[in-house]
Amino acid sequence: MRVRVALLVVVVSLAACGGGAAATSPSSTSLSGYINVFAAASLTASFNALGIAFHKANPGVGVNFNFAGTPTLVTQIEQGAPVDVFASADTTNMDKLTADGFTSGSSRVFARNQLEIVVAPGNPKGIAGLADLAKPGVIYITEGPTVPAGKYSLQALASAGVKVTPKSLETSVSAVISKIELGEADAGIVYTTDIQAAGSKVQGVPIPAADNVIATYPIVAVKGTKNQDIDDAFIAYVLSATGQSTLATFGFLSAS
Amino acid sequence: MRRERVPIVVIVPAAIGAAFFILPLLGLIVRSPWRDAVAALTAPETLEALKLSLVASLSATAVGLVLGVPLAWIYARVEFPGRDLLRALTTLPMVLPPVVGGIALLLAFGRRGLFGSWLDSTFGITLPFTTAGVVMAETFVAMPFLILTVEAGLRSMDRRYEEAARALGASRWRVFTRVTLPLIGPSLFAGAVLCWARALGEFGATITFAGNFPGVTQTMPLAVYLLLETNQEASFILSLVLLLISLVVLVGLRHRWLIA
Repeated sequence: MRVRVALLVVVVSLAACGGGAAATSPSSTSLSGYINVFAAASLTASFNALGIAFHKANPGVGVNFNFAGTPTLVTQIEQGAPVDVFASADTTNMDKLTADGFTSGSSRVFARNQLEIVVAPGNPKGIAGLADLAKPGVIYITEGPTVPAGKYSLQALASAGVKVTPKSLETSVSAVISKIELGEADAGIVYTTDIQAAGSKVQGVPIPAADNVIATYPIVAVKGTKNQDIDDAFIAYVLSATGQSTLATFGFLSAS
Repeated sequence: MRRERVPIVVIVPAAIGAAFFILPLLGLIVRSPWRDAVAALTAPETLEALKLSLVASLSATAVGLVLGVPLAWIYARVEFPGRDLLRALTTLPMVLPPVVGGIALLLAFGRRGLFGSWLDSTFGITLPFTTAGVVMAETFVAMPFLILTVEAGLRSMDRRYEEAARALGASRWRVFTRVTLPLIGPSLFAGAVLCWARALGEFGATITFAGNFPGVTQTMPLAVYLLLETNQEASFILSLVLLLISLVVLVGLRHRWLIA
């Protein structure tokens, strides 16, 4: 019972101060504390860089990241994981979290991404496009249909009229990339940014714009956060010109 | 029998310890949507995962018996340098994180692996993303339980029966099948059941080495994990099924495998 009262106090005080939280420009106030940011696996490299830069601009603030497939993060948040900010790789999962009442304020789109075929360096199987994924002897893997990238890859294949059965439905883009790096699979569909982040260990084969799917990344503060001011500052930083140019260096398309 | 008064410093931590195990089970039972149980259990994806799990775990147990019993016999009966080291190596997966096991299997039996690349170039056989890969991952993690249980059985049996049979002219094979095996029957059974239960619950090595595809490599634990993201109620029910199986196995064996 005492626990419940304590929780109520937290919720009430948050509701009281969270009213007109406007996005402040980064490094304007002296914030202190740390926040937990749950971000889609495809944001691993770029958000780590953003986190370091944000900490430099606000020395009193630390950002902890938890990267995983977006649906995994949604499950963790709904089961009560300690989280302050959520960055999703699609709007479907964000809408689900909002509908279930776990978000605070409305989400903002901060980046877009597009799909690319990932193959081993040198493209040993000679994959030239989506149609080649169905060639005999090509081991194609992708993400499960609940992972945004997996859902988008189904859309791209349908648009190109390619019928191919993956050998495995991995739980995140990172898992697909690592199986390509290990040489266990020949091709997969991931984001352009993942291929760029993997460097020379893999190679990308572009998907024409007509079949490509543009992924939209929204970000939001999660209800129950104890640091709404830091959340807002971090989100504002991601959306700021500095944040956007950092994301661009990792291969993301601009938010709008 | 004198009833001993249990000191409070024992009772309190013991009660907390017991609650630590019982509460999660209770949580699962309370939160499971019993009304939807039949629908969740008979859904095509569930049945597919269940069937694959049974086939793979029983195959892993069969492989475990064929390869594990001879190993146990050697450990129990043959003195040779490095025996303890070999035993440690072959039972390492009991304490190894299963994901590490999966990575090790990839590096050995994957398409680019030490042995796997030869399998691929010579026979065109690749093991990842196949049901055979699932059986391998499960065998890797589960067989040590069988080896240790059977070895304990062999060590504790009375060898004079074997000697008597030999003295009466029975061949070594006949002694093994007619005397040794029946004598270690309980340990053999306990080892096989433990091995099977561990194989049935295998997750980390399987998803790492064999991947995840419905009907081919998506076993029950993988399905439970993925359902948590799409259909939580169904994942609770399937968790309960796995829990029930584990409970039946443990109660059925009681503590036989520990004493053997």
